[in-house]
Formats: sequence, C-alpha cells, structure tokens
Amino acid sequence: MSDSTVKLHYDIDAEDFTTAGEASSGVKKTLTRLGVNPELIKRISIAMYEAEINAVIHANGGFADVEITPEMVKVVISDNGPGIPCVEDAMKPGWSTASNLVREMGFGAGMGLPNMKRYTDEMCVESEVGVGTKITLIVYLNR
Amino acid sequence: MSDYFHSIVLEEELCKGCTNCIKKCPTDAIRVQSGKARIMKERCIDCGECVRTCPYKAKVAVTDPLEKMADFKYTIALPAPTLYLQYDISKFGRDKIMTALKMIGFDYVYEVARGAEIVTKASNIYLDKNKETRPMISSACPAIVRLIQVRFPSLIPQIMPIKSPMEVSADNARREFCEKNPGVTPDEIGVFFISPCAAKMTSVRNPIEVSKSAVNGVFSIKSLYFKLLKQMGKIKEPLNILQAGFSGVRWATIGGEAKGIESDNILYVDGVQNVIKILEQLEDDKLTDVDFIEAAACPGGCLGGPLTVENMYVARTRNFRFKSMLPKLLNEVSDVELENTEFERAPEHIDVTTLDEDITKAMQKLRNMDELYKMLPALDCGACGAPTCRALSEDIVRGKAKLTDCVFVLKDRVRNLAKEMMELEGMLPPTLDNKAEGR
Ligand SMILES: Nc1ncnc2c1ncn2[C@@H]1O[C@H](COP(=O)(O)OP(=O)(O)OP(=O)(O)O)[C@@H](O)[C@H]1O
Ligand code: SF4
Ligand code: SF4
Ligand SMILES: [Mg+2]
Repeated sequence: MSDSTVKLHYDIDAEDFTTAGEASSGVKKTLTRLGVNPELIKRISIAMYEAEINAVIHANGGFADVEITPEMVKVVISDNGPGIPCVEDAMKPGWSTASNLVREMGFGAGMGLPNMKRYTDEMCVESEVGVGTKITLIVYLNR
Repeated sequence: MSDYFHSIVLEEELCKGCTNCIKKCPTDAIRVQSGKARIMKERCIDCGECVRTCPYKAKVAVTDPLEKMADFKYTIALPAPTLYLQYDISKFGRDKIMTALKMIGFDYVYEVARGAEIVTKASNIYLDKNKETRPMISSACPAIVRLIQVRFPSLIPQIMPIKSPMEVSADNARREFCEKNPGVTPDEIGVFFISPCAAKMTSVRNPIEVSKSAVNGVFSIKSLYFKLLKQMGKIKEPLNILQAGFSGVRWATIGGEAKGIESDNILYVDGVQNVIKILEQLEDDKLTDVDFIEAAACPGGCLGGPLTVENMYVARTRNFRFKSMLPKLLNEVSDVELENTEFERAPEHIDVTTLDEDITKAMQKLRNMDELYKMLPALDCGACGAPTCRALSEDIVRGKAKLTDCVFVLKDRVRNLAKEMMELEGMLPPTLDNKAEGR
C-alpha cells in the first residue's frame, strides 16, 4: 500500500506573500515526474493554488497535505483561520469578503471556490466559524 | 529521438569540463561526464545559452556550408531581418545588402521580413476567428516552441498555429520564382535561410509545424558577413528589389511581431529565463486577459541570436532608425501569399520528465530520489557534473550517475573508510619486528 502512495506536506506561510503558490508548484513538479497527463496537472495545480491563496489571504496561512496514488490526487488545504460563516454563499461566483487592499493586489473576484469546483472531480468544504477551514480537492487520474 | 539533429553541439577538444554551461541551460540538458559537457539531445531546445556562456567557445552552432548552393540549379536567399542590422545602415542600406546577395550567387532574394508581414496578417485573421483560447503564443521562435513541448506541454494548444516567417517566406519565394521563370520546377530551386539563429537550423532539419521544411539549407549571418561587405563596396547602383516595410523589418527586435497584432493586450518577453517566468504564469491560468504573447529565446529578440556579428544594442538602435525611413508596408498582403500559412500538424509533447512509464514504479523512483537528495549537501556546486543536487539524485534513479559522483559523499566515504582502517589496524597482533625486539 505505502509503495503506491506519495505523500507531500507543505506549510503555507502567510507572512511572505511572494511565496504563495509554492505548495501547488511543488505538487506540479512531482506530478510531472510521475508522468501524469499535463491537462490533469494543470487542473490540479490551478485548484490547489486557489485554495492555497485563500488560506494566505483569508486565514493567515495553513497547511497543505497531498496524497498521490495511481488512481487519484487528493489535496487537503486546512487552516485555523476565522472560518466561513455560510459556505453556500461563499461558493457563489463573485461572492467575496476581500478587503480593498486585497482587491488592489488583484485578488477578491470571488472566483476561487467556484474554480476549485470546476477544475476538480470532487470538492468538499468543511468550515467552522472561529475554528478553521478544511478544503478537500480530488482529481481522478484514469477517467 | 536519438537521431534527432541539433545545431548546438560540443567541440570535445575545446571543452575543459569547467561546468559553466550546465547551470545556464534552461532545460537542464547538460551534464559533465568524463570531463566533457555533453548535451542530452532529447532535452536541448537549441536556445544558444550555452554558446553564449562557454568561456572556451566549445559549444558551437552548426549550420550548412556555403558549398551546398552548388547542389541546386537555381538558388534563392531568404535574409532574416536581423541581417540588415549588422551593417551601418547609412552606408550599407537594405537595397545594397539585397544586391550583394545576388552578387555572391543567389538567383533571387526574398525578404523574410515580407514573410513576417504575411504571418502578421494570418495571425490577425486567426485571432479574429478563434476567440476561445487566450492568450495565443507566437510560434516564430522555434526554441520557445521546443521549450513549450519539453517543459510546458499544457500550453501546446496556445501555440499560434501559423507557420514561421521562414517557412512562409520559403513557400512564397519558390512560388514567385517559378511564376517569373516559366519552365523552372520547384525541386530545381534551393532555398537558403540567412540566419541569426541556431534553433532555426534545427527546425529545418526537424520541422515542428510541417512534415518537411520548404527551406533547403541554413547559412549563418556570421559566415556571410564579410563576403557581403566586400561586394557592397563595389555597388554603384543598387537593385530595386525590396518587398517589405517597417512592420516586417522590425521583427528582428523583440516586440516587433506583437506590435503588428490588432489588440492593445499584447505582451512581449525576451531571454529564455524571462520567458519561462511568463510561461509559468500562463500554466497557472493567469494573464488570460492578454490576447497575444511574443516570446523570443534570445536577449533583445532575434538580433541577439547566437549567429550574429553586431552587438545587439547597436543593432537595436539601427532598427529604430528604420522606423522613420520606412512605411509600414510597401505592398498589401494578398490572398495568394496567405495560402498554406496554417500549421500542417500540431506540435507534440516531448516528455523528458517522467521517471517511469508505470506510475507505481515512478512513485518508487521518486521516493528513492528524495532519499538520495537527503544524502546530498544541497550546495548545487556542480562538481558532480549535474546542475543541481536534485538533478544528480534524478540522474542516479535513472541509472545515469552514482552517489559517489558527489565529491562530498565521496569524501565522507573515504574518511569513514580511513577511520575504519585505523581501528582495524589497532586490533592487529604485534608484528614480527616487534617480537624480534622483545626477545
Ligand atoms: N480559508 C478561508 N478562510 C476563511 N474564509 C474563506 C476561506 N476561503 C474562502 N473564504 C471566504 O469565501 C469567500 C469566497 O472565496 P473565493 O476564493 O471564492 O473568493 P475570493 O478569495 O474572495 O476571491 P478570488 O479567489 O477570486 O481572488 C472569500 O471572500 C472569503 O470570505
Ligand atoms: S542550446 Fe540551450 S537547451 Fe541546448 S544545451 Fe545549450 S543551453 Fe541547453
Ligand atoms: S529569438 Fe530569434 S534568433 Fe533567438 S532562438 Fe528565437 S528565433 Fe532564433
Ligand atoms: Mg480566493
């Protein structure tokens, strides 16, 4: 079992904005070495990048845990941030609580969560106000 | 893939194994083995970075010998726009250069700048008809197209499917020459590109967008520079055979192509490392508001190509002067010229990164790679001949190198071995000499 799973762990640092995206680009490199179809790699890394950026912008950083098997890639991005009061609202395209400052940096279009859904086969958002948020993203490799 | 021709090769006798080039290669294609900096053919994109870097001029770009002209009954020269920027334009204008090309033996001269004008028109038509995929990336620089094939396969659908100005020029030149000279058949004509570029040479031998290149040979600007200069001194009355305006001539400089695109959302980027940064952004689906990207591997664009003579900044100044001297176009682009300008086939993904076809085995190798990497000092010193410690760990799992290629690992092993020997030595029984003394 352990032979056919690759696990990766990254800390998502909120202090340095320029390093945001390091986890998703690390995963991209790994998947390329494993010979995963470039189109799937693109979908995974875009979805993961959105979740990573959300953890930086909205939750002061977090963690990324990635499990790769011959069948699928599972990405879990978790944080101990403020949580999302209404997940249903947050999933709506264009819905955003981003501050003006964040918008000036080019984020806050409210498209992150909808894009994660669009680019993955399965997506699950678990969030509790005051506790944190956990986003699970799954892309199957053989479909 | 192993019989794949490359313009860029190593002159083994000149190579000192200094490792200067290995870190500059954008695709990690160079390894120093047995003291020589060998190129891994499947990875090399012929960008010429190693040619620029090598202090001993051991990395060279191979082009065709001029004697190749003799293989054909008729010959056509296709001067790249960069050729015009090699000479002082107040003394040696474009018309003189064109005339000199005829004087050294070409029957016909067709400006690639004209082919570039045709490509611009074809690209604008394409962008107008196909609005879903954005941005589209220029296909004019073959080194960048190869870079995408090797390192950014997910961007292949974004490569502009219009042939390069060189190919479009070759097709049109051959057609024009046959029209003007009834009785001549296309295969009697040798078409020769006068090139600033090593990657173009490779793309003639191993075409990307067509099954067979319309170009028969490539001569470097360097190899013709003095020949043309000598002839130009003799010209009293240059011929009037110019076909291109400023919109074609300016393609020598980065931005020259993009500025012809009918959109305000254009981006142009030069230098292979800078291009990589932009392509990485595209891979993450950023920059989708941009319509067109012009990307050139060489600093400054083709005028910074490895086969040029003139300093690229000086060349660029001359390009500015053309602007005030020339109208945008001398002739409108016709429908006949636009025929067959689309790609015959799509560029393929050239996979050089997958560790194993079988994903389970690839995973095992990946884990081995990580284990090996932990044993390496992470200094990326290059002494092992690989550009980074990561690259060495990858070479080891691919069976192309061994752990003791790392001097630090080797030193540790030798030290441990020495220690062990000292310990063993202490356990040895007294020698016969000692016994003799004790008696
Ligand atoms: N990890 C998180 N912790 C707390 N709130 C979050 C988190 N992720 C998303 N949200 C909330 O959900 C909203 C919508 O997120 P989404 O990623 O869709 O848009 P955005 O981040 O605001 O803008 P964009 O992703 O387009 O730059 C956010 O504005 C924020 O209020
Ligand atoms: S030409 Fe470019 S890609 Fe090829 S070995 Fe040299 S630096 Fe690397
Ligand atoms: S920028 Fe021009 S000269 Fe340089 S590799 Fe590309 S096409 Fe060739
Ligand atoms: Mg977001």
